[in-house]
Amino acid sequence: MLYRDHGIVLRTHKLGEADRIVTFVTEHRGKVRAVAKGVRKTKSRFGARLEAPSHVALQLYEGRELDIVTQAESVDHFRDVRTDLDRLARAVTMLEAADQLSLEREPNPRLYRMLLGALRSLAARDSPLVPAAFFWRVLALEGFEPVVDACVTCGTTEDLVAFDLSEGGVLCRADRRGQALSPGALDLMRRILAGRVAGVLEEPASPATVELEHLAVRALEHHIERRLRSVGLLDRG
Amino acid sequence: MAVYAAPVQELIDELGRLPGVGPKSAQRIAFHLLKLSREDALRLAKAVVEAKDRVAWCTRCFNVAEGELCGICTDDRRDATVVCVVEEPRDLVAVEKTQEFRGRYHVLGGAMSPIEGIGPEHLRVKELLARIDAEEITEVILCTNPNIEGETTAMYLARLLKPLGLRVTRIASGLPVGGDLEYADELTLGRALEGRRELEG
Repeated sequence: MLYRDHGIVLRTHKLGEADRIVTFVTEHRGKVRAVAKGVRKTKSRFGARLEAPSHVALQLYEGRELDIVTQAESVDHFRDVRTDLDRLARAVTMLEAADQLSLEREPNPRLYRMLLGALRSLAARDSPLVPAAFFWRVLALEGFEPVVDACVTCGTTEDLVAFDLSEGGVLCRADRRGQALSPGALDLMRRILAGRVAGVLEEPASPATVELEHLAVRALEHHIERRLRSVGLLDRG
Repeated sequence: MAVYAAPVQELIDELGRLPGVGPKSAQRIAFHLLKLSREDALRLAKAVVEAKDRVAWCTRCFNVAEGELCGICTDDRRDATVVCVVEEPRDLVAVEKTQEFRGRYHVLGGAMSPIEGIGPEHLRVKELLARIDAEEITEVILCTNPNIEGETTAMYLARLLKPLGLRVTRIASGLPVGGDLEYADELTLGRALEGRRELEG
């Protein structure tokens, strides 16, 4: 059966001589894995459209395990993201997270929209906080919204200095566990979770933004119970 | 219960480990080999042994080589100051077939793929950097695949190489010769426009 959907390319695998298996997160069907035939040939009509992190309008033929891409039309290929190594690395980290968080053929339109929004923000400006904001928002979507207003142990709203991953929230000085959290990072985190992301992304890089970036990656890794492979890859070598 | 005699089964299993050969194909190839005359089958066996014994990786560019250096690296007519960086030896062959390039190569042995966790440390990047000064290289052509992994690798290498003060170029993307404009995808056509060149009138 043929169906249409919009999707974002998360990753691709080579298949056989000239084909690829493309993993999408789609608007209506959750994660979809589909075979794109002949896309590695230079004469392929939709090869370039099916590269991460493209946003595409698709027509697919439903298969038992893998679907088949019959048509792909580009909606946005995020050129500014692709041509900038740092932004591309940030985008790939978000794609990897989305791949881990989405389930095959389990609709999750909000995850799709959040990822699309995050990629658009990244295309508009290079802010290191785009993945962090995406991670916190996605965790909240998954039902793991961190508690940031009061200490998760005693409930006090004063002197919050630590964040514990397994508790999923902040802690006061007396109950502190997990890792230290600066007031600056806490403020950024509250603003992200309250939905005031645009303002946060304008923030210049500072120790607080770096702290939040690392904490977001660790919180997400804690949730998916595995490491994100694409984090920090460019710094190795 | 074993359906085939042990040596036949072993042959099928070995063939089945080759890329792109499934169990059915392995079976078909095995029976084809059994039907061949002894000389024909041994010629294949000998070719495999010869290739394994005599072919190694070129110590300079990591292309396949019959000795320490490959045929391209030992050819003095080639321009040693220009190096074309490719992912695999197969890509080197593709570039060589154009007969447009007269410099040397460097085979990375793959491309970076952040999502698979393949970073620069898995590729022959350090070896490339070591060659720059030693061979007085003045231009590096980044000839990795125009897909996301290849682009990532090219951008990463450009970032490493640029500060060394040499010319770093990336192969152009454009339309296949003999193709139709209307079938081109936006990204390729966009790049073809961007990289347009003036015609000599």
